[in-house]
Amino acid sequence: MIFLDTLRMALGEFTTNKLRTALTMLGIVIGVCAVIALMAAGQGASAGVTAQVRGLGSNLLFITPASTSNASSGGVRDIRRLTLTTADEAAINDPSQAPYVQAAVAQFGGDTGSTTGNTLTEQFIGNGQNTTASLAATEPAYQQIRNVTMAAGNFISQDDMTRKTLSAVIGAQVAQDLYGTPAQAVGQQISMSFGPRFTLNLTVIGVMQRSGGPNDTTVIMPLTAFEARVPFGRSPTGQHNVQAIIVKVKNGYNLNTAKAQLTTLLDQTHTTQDFQISSQNDLLATSQKVARTLTILLGAIAGISLVVGGIGIMNIMLVSVTERTREIGIRKAIGASRDNILLQFVCEAVIVTLAGGIVGVVLGVGAAILANGQTFGTGTTVTTQVSSTSVVAAFAVSVIIGLFFGIYPAWRASHLDPIEALRTE
Amino acid sequence: MDTTLTMPEPKQVARGATMIELRGILKVYRAGDVPVVALDHIDLDIARGEMLSIIGASGSGKSTLMNILGCLDKPTRGTYTLEGRNVNALSDRQLARLRGRRIGFVFQSFNLLSRMTALEQVELPLIYLGVRNRRRLAMRALASVGLADRWHHKPTQLSGGQQQRVAIARALVTNPAIIMADEPTGALDTKTTKAVMETLVRLNAERGITVILVTHELDVAAYTRRVITLRDGNIISDAAPGRTNVVAFPSAETRREPAPEAAGADA
Ligand SMILES: Nc1ncnc2c1ncn2[C@@H]1O[C@H](COP(=O)(O)OP(=O)(O)O)[C@@H](O)[C@H]1O
Ligand SMILES: [Mg+2]
Repeated sequence: MIFLDTLRMALGEFTTNKLRTALTMLGIVIGVCAVIALMAAGQGASAGVTAQVRGLGSNLLFITPASTSNASSGGVRDIRRLTLTTADEAAINDPSQAPYVQAAVAQFGGDTGSTTGNTLTEQFIGNGQNTTASLAATEPAYQQIRNVTMAAGNFISQDDMTRKTLSAVIGAQVAQDLYGTPAQAVGQQISMSFGPRFTLNLTVIGVMQRSGGPNDTTVIMPLTAFEARVPFGRSPTGQHNVQAIIVKVKNGYNLNTAKAQLTTLLDQTHTTQDFQISSQNDLLATSQKVARTLTILLGAIAGISLVVGGIGIMNIMLVSVTERTREIGIRKAIGASRDNILLQFVCEAVIVTLAGGIVGVVLGVGAAILANGQTFGTGTTVTTQVSSTSVVAAFAVSVIIGLFFGIYPAWRASHLDPIEALRTE
Repeated sequence: MDTTLTMPEPKQVARGATMIELRGILKVYRAGDVPVVALDHIDLDIARGEMLSIIGASGSGKSTLMNILGCLDKPTRGTYTLEGRNVNALSDRQLARLRGRRIGFVFQSFNLLSRMTALEQVELPLIYLGVRNRRRLAMRALASVGLADRWHHKPTQLSGGQQQRVAIARALVTNPAIIMADEPTGALDTKTTKAVMETLVRLNAERGITVILVTHELDVAAYTRRVITLRDGNIISDAAPGRTNVVAFPSAETRREPAPEAAGADA
């Protein structure tokens, strides 16, 4: 009974001090809102990365040059580091040597599943527009390995490889940015340049279906044409260098076994182990670790604002106790014990944080939903994912903060000497 | 907690039995370096159902005595026995309960809570006692001070005399054994003073509530038969029916200085 009455009294206190209550709550509202929105952004990024890695296709192994200690930026401009050749690819594609391989494709640029490789991300110009995309020089098998479906036109063919045609298969986003629709894109010119010296002019022969993955912002051209035009040289054995070999392992075959067997296979021709093989799971683990760190970092920053809100509550509560010293004296004179006074002030603090928490949750979830899918400034699309854990946690933390920062002022109030309290004006 | 208080029908109280017993009460305030002796060895007995005034000049220790009697403050030294219980030994919770259940306070400055209606003010002591049917009890207490029709008014909407009557209703709603009134008429004009004093006299006469009244106005003290006079923390006269000035003026050499450790104990 006393508890309910205390709640009622606390609510009465707020209605007489509306502005102050609102400002006190604001600190908690901002804190909880920030925790939920930033955690949602972090988790959205994490989910996005996971989807991207999954979107690479399934049962894939990525063979890339081993990262060496003296490696600088890596990539096409660093020819000495290109340790893989088309001979490696041929060996992997040979069923007698690697029967567990369904298909393997060599690649320059694009998404090679490597965190160090150069994705050849450049400005592409077409139809008087420009956009940012990644150039991937590869082979027809890419379509099968990466599950590419076409929205318009065709993928690069064996004929394109043989004739080294300057044709391009572009991602859905590239098509949209430059030409409007996929159908309008086919037959158009697209060009890119590496610095001032070198320009590639390609003809669009196909547009890939939107997948939500990296292919949406990729421009694919025949590997042979790329090697003919881009002077990256040959290996000492006269083979073409490649930046990465992506292997699709046959369905049901253990990826780790395949990884070990491929290592053995490549070791036969490589004098040192100058390559590395990573599976999707490896990539997933790395990227998820990064995303988790990001989420924790964002959460911590937001958590600090929650603590600041709590300090605001403590501040206001202390002012309130001083202001209401006489009231406390009166209450004690008519029979309130220390516990009663303590309960009253703790209730007030907890109710403020609870209400702030509720408003913060609503605003935070709202902000996360609004921000989801929005594209900001440099073309980064924000993905947010509100998790119930972060909502519950932010809410619980706000109540705990109310308790924590409310208890000291409440304790002060409850230990006021009633005589002193009654004497103050 | 669920104790249900019922308003007493005016009943015969065993008057005359000792209710309050002060023995050797010393109260020393330590303000800065100089200890202030507010009460200097007070011995006092008050019987159940008595109505008495404590008078004296400003600073003579009236409020200090009242606060100790009301269990709001503890003496530096000496014993206080209230209804057979040693008050010094009670915990904060027990003291709070004692104040809530047995004592009602009326102050010079009314001490109402500005945000509450008259009814809510009067209900408040019942909340802390955990009483159930408190709206009805509070309305009855308001009615007994003639303010039933003002129950929804806030202090600013009431005159001084009305505010003091709300305070009296708040003091008596718990059916206390004692009402302690510290200069209850100090802020009132003559007419409302009369009304408030008559209310207190009636409560004492009809319900047998012990009324202890602090005042510096002799015409207010005239409402009570027993008048205790304080000067510099000493009782210099205690005029009761059938008695006259039982306490003599203390001579200079019998007045005590506070012992150093006693002074320190209050700090
Ligand atoms: N909290 C206090 N601190 C220091 N001195 C006090 C305090 N309360 C009262 N006094 C002193 O004690 C003496 C008695 O005060 P009080 O009981 O209020 O007198 P009265 O009510 O008769 O005017 C005065 O000298 C006063 O200054
Ligand atoms: Mg006084």
